[in-house]
Amino acid sequence: MPQNYVPIFIFIAVVAILIPLTLGIAKLVRPEKPEKAKLMPYECGVDPIGDSRQRYTVRFYIVAILFVIFDVETIFLFPWAVLYKALAWFGFIEMMIFLTILIVGYVWVWKKGALEWI
Amino acid sequence: MLRLYVEEKMLSITTFVIVSVIKIVIALAVLLTAVAYTVWLERKLVGRIQNRWGPQRVGPFGLLQPLADGAKFIFKEDLTPPYVYKPLYIAAPILSLVLALTSISLVPIGNWVTVRGVRTPLEITDVNIGLLIILGITSLSVYGVALAGWSSNSKYSLLGSLRASAQMVSYEIALGVSLVGVLIMSGSLNLREIVDMQGGHMAGFIPRWNIFRGQIVAFFVYLAAAFAETNRVPFDLPEAETELVAGYHTEYSSMKFAMFFMAEYANMITAASIATLLFLGGWHGPLGGPWWLQAILPVFWFALKVFGFIFLYIWIRGTLPRFRYDQLMAFGWKFLFPIAVANVLVTSLIVALQK
Repeated sequence: MPQNYVPIFIFIAVVAILIPLTLGIAKLVRPEKPEKAKLMPYECGVDPIGDSRQRYTVRFYIVAILFVIFDVETIFLFPWAVLYKALAWFGFIEMMIFLTILIVGYVWVWKKGALEWI
Repeated sequence: MLRLYVEEKMLSITTFVIVSVIKIVIALAVLLTAVAYTVWLERKLVGRIQNRWGPQRVGPFGLLQPLADGAKFIFKEDLTPPYVYKPLYIAAPILSLVLALTSISLVPIGNWVTVRGVRTPLEITDVNIGLLIILGITSLSVYGVALAGWSSNSKYSLLGSLRASAQMVSYEIALGVSLVGVLIMSGSLNLREIVDMQGGHMAGFIPRWNIFRGQIVAFFVYLAAAFAETNRVPFDLPEAETELVAGYHTEYSSMKFAMFFMAEYANMITAASIATLLFLGGWHGPLGGPWWLQAILPVFWFALKVFGFIFLYIWIRGTLPRFRYDQLMAFGWKFLFPIAVANVLVTSLIVALQK
Protein backbone atom coordinates (compact mmCIF):
# COMPACT_ATOMS: atom_id res chain seq x y z
CA MET A 1 0.00 0.00 0.00
CA PRO A 2 2.50 2.66 -1.06
CA GLN A 3 -0.16 5.38 -1.20
CA ASN A 4 -0.59 5.01 2.54
CA TYR A 5 2.82 6.62 3.07
CA VAL A 6 1.77 9.86 1.35
CA PRO A 7 0.00 11.35 4.41
CA ILE A 8 3.23 11.07 6.42
CA PHE A 9 4.97 13.32 3.93
CA ILE A 10 2.01 15.73 3.91
CA PHE A 11 2.27 15.81 7.71
CA ILE A 12 6.02 16.52 7.63
CA ALA A 13 5.44 19.28 5.06
CA VAL A 14 2.69 20.90 7.17
CA VAL A 15 4.78 20.78 10.34
CA ALA A 16 7.95 21.93 8.60
CA ILE A 17 6.08 25.00 7.27
CA LEU A 18 4.17 25.72 10.46
CA ILE A 19 7.14 25.76 12.84
CA PRO A 20 9.43 28.19 10.97
CA LEU A 21 6.28 30.32 10.46
CA THR A 22 5.87 30.50 14.24
CA LEU A 23 9.50 31.58 14.53
CA GLY A 24 8.89 34.26 11.90
CA ILE A 25 5.80 35.58 13.68
CA ALA A 26 7.68 35.68 16.97
CA LYS A 27 10.42 37.71 15.25
CA LEU A 28 7.87 40.41 14.32
CA VAL A 29 6.53 40.98 17.81
CA ARG A 30 9.43 40.39 20.18
CA PRO A 31 11.92 43.02 21.41
CA GLU A 32 15.50 42.97 20.11
CA LYS A 33 17.97 44.65 22.48
CA PRO A 34 21.26 42.72 22.43
CA GLU A 35 24.14 43.89 24.59
CA LYS A 36 27.61 42.59 25.39
CA ALA A 37 26.89 40.81 28.66
CA LYS A 38 23.75 39.16 27.28
CA LEU A 39 25.61 37.74 24.31
CA MET A 40 28.42 36.11 26.28
CA PRO A 41 28.43 32.30 26.57
CA TYR A 42 26.51 31.42 29.71
CA GLU A 43 28.91 30.26 32.41
CA CYS A 44 27.10 31.39 35.52
CA GLY A 45 28.41 34.94 35.35
CA VAL A 46 32.10 34.06 35.15
CA ASP A 47 34.01 35.16 32.04
CA PRO A 48 34.55 32.09 29.81
CA ILE A 49 38.10 30.75 29.59
CA GLY A 50 39.29 29.10 26.40
CA ASP A 51 37.34 27.50 23.59
CA SER A 52 34.23 25.53 24.47
CA ARG A 53 34.94 22.74 21.99
CA GLN A 54 37.59 21.02 24.03
CA ARG A 55 38.59 17.41 24.37
CA TYR A 56 36.19 15.15 26.18
CA THR A 57 36.39 11.64 27.56
CA VAL A 58 36.87 8.74 25.15
CA ARG A 59 33.98 6.88 26.82
CA PHE A 60 31.51 8.66 24.59
CA TYR A 61 33.18 7.21 21.49
CA ILE A 62 33.15 3.72 22.99
CA VAL A 63 29.44 4.02 23.73
CA ALA A 64 28.83 5.16 20.15
CA ILE A 65 30.73 2.18 18.72
CA LEU A 66 28.96 -0.29 21.01
CA PHE A 67 25.65 1.29 20.00
CA VAL A 68 26.29 0.60 16.33
CA ILE A 69 27.06 -3.08 16.99
CA PHE A 70 24.10 -3.77 19.25
CA ASP A 71 21.62 -1.66 17.33
CA VAL A 72 22.32 -3.64 14.18
CA GLU A 73 21.50 -6.69 16.28
CA THR A 74 18.15 -5.14 17.21
CA ILE A 75 17.38 -4.45 13.57
CA PHE A 76 18.25 -8.07 12.84
CA LEU A 77 15.87 -9.26 15.56
CA PHE A 78 12.85 -7.35 14.24
CA PRO A 79 12.12 -9.22 10.97
CA TRP A 80 12.96 -12.49 12.71
CA ALA A 81 10.43 -11.75 15.45
CA VAL A 82 7.69 -10.84 12.97
CA LEU A 83 8.14 -14.13 11.08
CA TYR A 84 8.89 -16.19 14.17
CA LYS A 85 5.65 -18.20 14.24
CA ALA A 86 6.28 -19.38 10.69
CA LEU A 87 9.94 -20.22 11.34
CA ALA A 88 9.32 -22.00 14.71
CA TRP A 89 12.20 -24.26 15.82
CA PHE A 90 14.33 -23.54 12.75
CA GLY A 91 14.16 -19.83 13.54
CA PHE A 92 14.77 -20.47 17.21
CA ILE A 93 17.99 -22.41 16.63
CA GLU A 94 19.23 -19.95 14.03
CA MET A 95 18.68 -17.02 16.37
CA MET A 96 20.28 -18.86 19.29
CA ILE A 97 23.46 -19.28 17.26
CA PHE A 98 23.43 -15.59 16.37
CA LEU A 99 22.70 -14.49 19.93
CA THR A 100 25.38 -16.78 21.36
CA ILE A 101 28.01 -15.14 19.18
CA LEU A 102 26.69 -11.74 20.21
CA ILE A 103 26.59 -12.56 23.92
CA VAL A 104 30.17 -13.84 23.80
CA GLY A 105 31.09 -10.44 22.42
CA TYR A 106 29.02 -8.72 25.08
CA VAL A 107 30.74 -10.66 27.89
CA TRP A 108 34.13 -9.85 26.39
CA VAL A 109 33.25 -6.15 26.24
CA TRP A 110 32.11 -6.28 29.86
CA LYS A 111 35.29 -8.10 31.00
CA LYS A 112 37.45 -5.60 29.10
CA GLY A 113 35.85 -2.82 31.14
CA ALA A 114 34.31 -0.96 28.20
CA LEU A 115 31.03 -0.69 30.10
CA GLU A 116 32.66 0.91 33.15
CA TRP A 117 32.33 4.67 33.17
CA ILE A 118 35.28 5.61 35.41
CA MET B 1 -4.73 -6.90 4.72
CA LEU B 2 -6.40 -7.42 1.35
CA ARG B 3 -9.68 -6.12 2.74
CA LEU B 4 -8.10 -2.84 3.82
CA TYR B 5 -6.49 -2.50 0.44
CA VAL B 6 -9.82 -2.75 -1.35
CA GLU B 7 -11.33 -0.16 0.97
CA GLU B 8 -8.46 2.22 0.37
CA LYS B 9 -8.81 1.75 -3.37
CA MET B 10 -12.43 2.86 -3.25
CA LEU B 11 -11.40 6.41 -2.35
CA SER B 12 -10.43 8.63 -5.25
CA ILE B 13 -7.13 10.48 -5.02
CA THR B 14 -8.82 13.82 -4.28
CA THR B 15 -10.90 12.36 -1.46
CA PHE B 16 -7.82 10.61 -0.08
CA VAL B 17 -5.80 13.82 0.05
CA ILE B 18 -8.69 15.86 1.50
CA VAL B 19 -9.36 13.25 4.18
CA SER B 20 -5.63 13.14 5.01
CA VAL B 21 -5.38 16.91 5.32
CA ILE B 22 -8.48 17.09 7.54
CA LYS B 23 -7.06 14.38 9.77
CA ILE B 24 -3.66 16.09 9.91
CA VAL B 25 -5.19 19.41 10.97
CA ILE B 26 -7.30 17.74 13.68
CA ALA B 27 -4.37 15.62 14.88
CA LEU B 28 -2.05 18.64 15.09
CA ALA B 29 -4.63 20.67 17.01
CA VAL B 30 -5.29 17.82 19.45
CA LEU B 31 -1.60 17.04 19.83
CA LEU B 32 -0.48 20.62 20.50
CA THR B 33 -3.32 21.06 23.01
CA ALA B 34 -2.34 17.79 24.66
CA VAL B 35 1.29 18.94 24.87
CA ALA B 36 0.27 22.27 26.41
CA TYR B 37 -1.98 20.62 28.98
CA THR B 38 0.61 17.97 29.82
CA VAL B 39 2.83 20.85 30.89
CA TRP B 40 -0.05 22.28 32.95
CA LEU B 41 -0.73 18.85 34.49
CA GLU B 42 2.92 18.40 35.36
CA ARG B 43 3.16 21.78 37.08
CA LYS B 44 -0.08 21.18 38.94
CA LEU B 45 0.77 17.64 40.06
CA VAL B 46 4.37 18.33 41.00
CA GLY B 47 3.05 21.34 42.90
CA ARG B 48 0.66 19.18 44.88
CA ILE B 49 3.34 16.54 45.51
CA GLN B 50 5.60 19.27 46.89
CA ASN B 51 2.78 20.70 49.01
CA ARG B 52 2.26 23.76 46.80
CA TRP B 53 -0.71 24.88 44.72
CA GLY B 54 0.89 24.98 41.28
CA PRO B 55 -0.59 27.36 38.68
CA GLN B 56 -3.93 28.74 39.90
CA ARG B 57 -4.09 32.45 39.01
CA VAL B 58 -4.77 32.35 35.24
CA GLY B 59 -8.29 31.07 34.74
CA PRO B 60 -10.06 28.47 36.91
CA PHE B 61 -7.52 25.99 38.36
CA GLY B 62 -4.89 27.79 36.28
CA LEU B 63 -6.36 26.18 33.16
CA LEU B 64 -5.41 29.13 30.95
CA GLN B 65 -1.78 28.94 32.09
CA PRO B 66 -0.58 27.22 28.85
CA LEU B 67 -2.00 30.15 26.82
CA ALA B 68 -0.21 32.63 29.04
CA ASP B 69 3.01 30.62 28.71
CA GLY B 70 2.67 30.59 24.93
CA ALA B 71 2.12 34.35 24.78
CA LYS B 72 5.12 34.89 27.03
CA PHE B 73 7.35 32.68 24.86
CA ILE B 74 6.39 34.65 21.76
CA PHE B 75 6.98 38.08 23.31
CA LYS B 76 10.34 37.20 24.90
CA GLU B 77 13.57 38.43 23.37
CA ASP B 78 15.25 35.71 21.31
CA LEU B 79 19.01 35.97 21.72
CA THR B 80 21.15 34.50 18.97
CA PRO B 81 24.66 34.82 20.39
CA PRO B 82 27.31 35.81 17.83
CA TYR B 83 29.60 32.87 18.53
CA VAL B 84 27.12 30.11 17.59
CA TYR B 85 27.11 28.26 14.27
CA LYS B 86 23.90 29.86 13.08
CA PRO B 87 22.41 27.41 10.51
CA LEU B 88 22.56 24.44 12.87
CA TYR B 89 21.66 26.58 15.88
CA ILE B 90 18.34 27.49 14.24
CA ALA B 91 17.79 24.09 12.61
CA ALA B 92 18.22 22.06 15.81
CA PRO B 93 15.01 23.05 17.64
CA ILE B 94 12.98 22.88 14.42
CA LEU B 95 14.35 19.40 13.73
CA SER B 96 13.58 18.25 17.26
CA LEU B 97 9.98 19.43 17.13
CA VAL B 98 9.28 18.22 13.58
CA LEU B 99 10.53 14.72 14.43
CA ALA B 100 8.70 14.63 17.75
CA LEU B 101 5.40 15.60 16.13
CA THR B 102 5.83 13.36 13.08
CA SER B 103 6.20 10.19 15.12
CA ILE B 104 2.72 10.80 16.55
CA SER B 105 1.21 10.75 13.05
CA LEU B 106 1.54 6.95 12.93
CA VAL B 107 -0.17 6.24 16.23
CA PRO B 108 -3.67 4.76 15.82
CA ILE B 109 -6.15 5.93 18.44
CA GLY B 110 -9.22 3.88 17.58
CA ASN B 111 -11.09 1.69 15.14
CA TRP B 112 -12.16 2.52 11.60
CA VAL B 113 -14.92 5.11 11.28
CA THR B 114 -17.31 5.92 8.43
CA VAL B 115 -18.13 9.58 7.89
CA ARG B 116 -20.36 10.53 4.92
CA GLY B 117 -19.61 7.23 3.22
CA VAL B 118 -15.83 7.60 3.54
CA ARG B 119 -14.29 4.82 5.63
CA THR B 120 -11.05 5.79 7.27
CA PRO B 121 -8.85 4.67 10.21
CA LEU B 122 -8.62 6.86 13.30
CA GLU B 123 -4.99 7.78 12.66
CA ILE B 124 -3.30 9.81 9.99
CA THR B 125 -2.27 6.78 8.02
CA ASP B 126 -2.27 3.02 8.43
CA VAL B 127 1.03 1.54 7.21
CA ASN B 128 2.16 -2.03 7.68
CA ILE B 129 5.49 -1.12 9.31
CA GLY B 130 4.15 1.59 11.62
CA LEU B 131 6.17 0.58 14.66
CA LEU B 132 9.41 0.46 12.68
CA ILE B 133 8.82 3.97 11.30
CA ILE B 134 8.04 5.34 14.78
CA LEU B 135 11.24 3.82 16.16
CA GLY B 136 13.20 5.23 13.23
CA ILE B 137 11.83 8.73 13.67
CA THR B 138 12.32 8.76 17.44
CA SER B 139 15.92 7.62 17.08
CA LEU B 140 16.53 10.50 14.68
CA SER B 141 15.63 12.91 17.47
CA VAL B 142 19.11 12.43 18.93
CA TYR B 143 20.33 14.66 16.06
CA GLY B 144 18.35 17.63 17.35
CA VAL B 145 20.00 17.30 20.76
CA ALA B 146 23.52 16.67 19.46
CA LEU B 147 23.40 19.54 16.94
CA ALA B 148 21.93 21.95 19.49
CA GLY B 149 24.76 21.30 21.94
CA TRP B 150 27.53 21.44 19.38
CA SER B 151 26.33 24.54 17.53
CA SER B 152 25.74 26.54 20.74
CA ASN B 153 29.48 26.77 21.36
CA SER B 154 29.07 26.78 25.11
CA LYS B 155 30.66 24.33 27.55
CA TYR B 156 27.48 23.46 29.37
CA SER B 157 25.61 22.89 26.12
CA LEU B 158 28.31 20.64 24.72
CA LEU B 159 28.54 18.55 27.89
CA GLY B 160 24.77 18.28 28.10
CA SER B 161 24.40 17.19 24.49
CA LEU B 162 27.22 14.62 24.79
CA ARG B 163 25.56 13.12 27.82
CA ALA B 164 22.15 13.20 26.17
CA SER B 165 23.40 11.54 22.98
CA ALA B 166 25.26 8.78 24.83
CA GLN B 167 22.26 8.15 27.08
CA MET B 168 19.75 8.10 24.25
CA VAL B 169 21.73 5.71 22.08
CA SER B 170 22.46 3.41 25.04
CA TYR B 171 18.85 3.06 26.10
CA GLU B 172 17.61 2.75 22.55
CA ILE B 173 19.08 -0.76 22.42
CA ALA B 174 17.24 -1.94 25.52
CA LEU B 175 14.10 -0.27 24.20
CA GLY B 176 14.34 -1.97 20.82
CA VAL B 177 15.04 -5.41 22.28
CA SER B 178 12.22 -5.10 24.80
CA LEU B 179 9.74 -4.72 21.93
CA VAL B 180 10.88 -7.94 20.24
CA GLY B 181 8.91 -10.10 22.68
CA VAL B 182 5.69 -8.34 21.71
CA LEU B 183 6.54 -8.71 18.03
CA ILE B 184 7.05 -12.46 18.48
CA MET B 185 3.61 -12.77 20.06
CA SER B 186 1.77 -10.67 17.50
CA GLY B 187 3.81 -11.40 14.38
CA SER B 188 3.28 -7.97 12.86
CA LEU B 189 4.79 -4.50 12.80
CA ASN B 190 1.42 -2.91 12.08
CA LEU B 191 0.26 -1.20 15.26
CA ARG B 192 -3.39 -1.77 14.39
CA GLU B 193 -2.84 -5.53 14.05
CA ILE B 194 -0.83 -5.65 17.28
CA VAL B 195 -3.77 -4.04 19.09
CA ASP B 196 -6.30 -6.33 17.40
CA MET B 197 -4.34 -9.33 18.72
CA GLN B 198 -4.99 -8.11 22.26
CA GLY B 199 -8.79 -8.08 22.11
CA GLY B 200 -10.95 -10.40 24.24
CA HIS B 201 -10.38 -12.03 27.62
CA MET B 202 -8.47 -14.93 29.18
CA ALA B 203 -10.04 -17.11 31.88
CA GLY B 204 -13.22 -15.10 31.65
CA PHE B 205 -12.11 -11.77 33.00
CA ILE B 206 -8.38 -11.01 32.47
CA PRO B 207 -7.95 -8.90 29.30
CA ARG B 208 -5.63 -10.44 26.73
CA TRP B 209 -3.24 -7.51 26.88
CA ASN B 210 0.39 -8.32 26.23
CA ILE B 211 1.38 -7.24 29.73
CA PHE B 212 -0.82 -10.05 31.15
CA ARG B 213 0.40 -12.57 28.59
CA GLY B 214 3.96 -12.85 29.86
CA GLN B 215 5.40 -9.55 28.62
CA ILE B 216 5.47 -7.90 32.04
CA VAL B 217 9.28 -7.91 32.19
CA ALA B 218 9.43 -6.38 28.73
CA PHE B 219 6.96 -3.74 29.88
CA PHE B 220 9.14 -2.64 32.77
CA VAL B 221 12.27 -2.64 30.60
CA TYR B 222 10.36 -0.51 28.10
CA LEU B 223 9.20 1.78 30.90
CA ALA B 224 12.74 2.43 32.15
CA ALA B 225 14.15 2.81 28.64
CA ALA B 226 11.36 5.18 27.61
CA PHE B 227 12.06 7.40 30.62
CA ALA B 228 15.71 7.57 29.60
CA GLU B 229 14.89 8.13 25.92
CA THR B 230 12.73 11.13 26.72
CA ASN B 231 15.30 12.50 29.20
CA ARG B 232 12.92 12.47 32.13
CA VAL B 233 13.56 12.10 35.85
CA PRO B 234 15.21 9.89 37.17
CA PHE B 235 17.31 9.87 33.98
CA ASP B 236 17.31 13.60 33.25
CA LEU B 237 21.10 13.83 33.37
CA PRO B 238 21.34 15.87 30.13
CA GLU B 239 19.63 18.81 31.80
CA ALA B 240 20.72 18.22 35.38
CA GLU B 241 20.32 21.84 36.45
CA THR B 242 22.52 21.52 39.51
CA GLU B 243 25.58 20.70 37.42
CA LEU B 244 24.85 21.69 33.81
CA VAL B 245 22.55 24.74 34.09
CA ALA B 246 20.09 23.51 31.45
CA GLY B 247 22.11 21.05 29.37
CA TYR B 248 21.91 21.24 25.60
CA HIS B 249 19.42 24.13 25.51
CA THR B 250 21.35 26.47 27.82
CA GLU B 251 21.89 29.04 25.07
CA TYR B 252 18.35 28.94 23.69
CA SER B 253 15.64 31.42 24.59
CA SER B 254 12.12 32.42 23.61
CA MET B 255 10.39 30.34 20.88
CA LYS B 256 13.44 28.15 20.23
CA PHE B 257 13.50 27.07 23.84
CA ALA B 258 9.75 26.49 23.68
CA MET B 259 10.32 24.14 20.75
CA PHE B 260 12.69 21.94 22.72
CA PHE B 261 10.21 22.00 25.54
CA MET B 262 7.31 20.99 23.30
CA ALA B 263 9.43 18.31 21.64
CA GLU B 264 10.16 16.76 25.04
CA TYR B 265 6.49 16.59 25.95
CA ALA B 266 5.47 15.34 22.50
CA ASN B 267 8.05 12.56 22.89
CA MET B 268 6.52 11.71 26.25
CA ILE B 269 3.12 11.36 24.62
CA THR B 270 4.59 9.15 21.89
CA ALA B 271 6.27 6.90 24.45
CA ALA B 272 3.02 6.68 26.40
CA SER B 273 1.08 5.84 23.23
CA ILE B 274 3.48 3.08 22.22
CA ALA B 275 3.33 1.56 25.70
CA THR B 276 -0.46 1.65 25.52
CA LEU B 277 -0.60 0.09 22.07
CA LEU B 278 1.97 -2.63 22.60
CA PHE B 279 1.46 -3.65 26.21
CA LEU B 280 -1.81 -2.26 27.55
CA GLY B 281 -4.21 -3.35 24.84
CA GLY B 282 -4.59 -0.07 22.95
CA TRP B 283 -8.22 0.99 22.71
CA HIS B 284 -9.66 -2.25 24.09
CA GLY B 285 -11.84 -1.87 27.15
CA PRO B 286 -15.39 -2.48 28.33
CA LEU B 287 -17.88 -1.49 25.63
CA GLY B 288 -21.59 -0.88 25.86
CA GLY B 289 -24.42 1.59 25.52
CA PRO B 290 -25.89 3.22 22.40
CA TRP B 291 -24.00 3.28 19.08
CA TRP B 292 -22.54 6.77 19.53
CA LEU B 293 -21.09 5.76 22.89
CA GLN B 294 -19.58 2.63 21.34
CA ALA B 295 -17.95 4.79 18.69
CA ILE B 296 -16.39 7.11 21.29
CA LEU B 297 -15.46 4.57 23.98
CA PRO B 298 -12.38 3.06 22.24
CA VAL B 299 -10.84 6.52 21.88
CA PHE B 300 -11.73 7.22 25.49
CA TRP B 301 -10.02 4.03 26.72
CA PHE B 302 -6.94 4.83 24.67
CA ALA B 303 -6.78 8.38 26.02
CA LEU B 304 -7.31 7.11 29.57
CA LYS B 305 -4.40 4.66 29.32
CA VAL B 306 -2.12 7.30 27.82
CA PHE B 307 -3.17 9.67 30.58
CA GLY B 308 -2.34 7.04 33.19
CA PHE B 309 1.12 6.59 31.71
CA ILE B 310 1.76 10.34 31.66
CA PHE B 311 0.51 10.56 35.23
CA LEU B 312 3.12 7.91 36.12
CA TYR B 313 5.80 9.98 34.38
CA ILE B 314 4.93 13.01 36.48
CA TRP B 315 4.50 11.05 39.68
CA ILE B 316 7.98 9.56 39.30
CA ARG B 317 9.37 12.99 38.54
CA GLY B 318 7.94 14.23 41.82
CA THR B 319 9.24 11.24 43.76
CA LEU B 320 12.65 10.01 42.65
CA PRO B 321 16.05 11.72 42.78
CA ARG B 322 18.42 11.79 39.81
CA PHE B 323 20.86 8.97 38.96
CA ARG B 324 24.61 9.51 38.83
CA TYR B 325 25.95 9.30 35.28
CA ASP B 326 28.02 6.12 35.76
CA GLN B 327 25.05 4.48 37.49
CA LEU B 328 22.88 5.47 34.55
CA MET B 329 25.19 3.88 31.98
CA ALA B 330 25.70 0.76 34.10
CA PHE B 331 21.93 0.43 34.55
CA GLY B 332 21.32 0.60 30.81
CA TRP B 333 24.15 -1.65 29.62
CA LYS B 334 24.56 -4.13 32.46
CA PHE B 335 21.00 -4.52 33.70
CA LEU B 336 18.33 -3.57 31.16
CA PHE B 337 20.03 -4.99 28.08
CA PRO B 338 20.67 -8.53 29.48
CA ILE B 339 17.14 -8.63 30.90
CA ALA B 340 15.67 -7.61 27.57
CA VAL B 341 17.69 -10.31 25.74
CA ALA B 342 16.65 -12.91 28.33
CA ASN B 343 13.05 -11.90 27.78
CA VAL B 344 13.44 -12.48 24.05
CA LEU B 345 14.94 -15.94 24.69
CA VAL B 346 12.21 -17.00 27.12
CA THR B 347 9.38 -15.66 24.95
CA SER B 348 10.68 -17.33 21.80
CA LEU B 349 11.21 -20.62 23.65
CA ILE B 350 7.67 -20.60 25.04
CA VAL B 351 6.11 -19.68 21.71
CA ALA B 352 8.09 -22.43 19.99
CA LEU B 353 7.01 -24.97 22.64
CA GLN B 354 3.36 -24.00 22.17
CA LYS B 355 3.49 -24.80 18.45
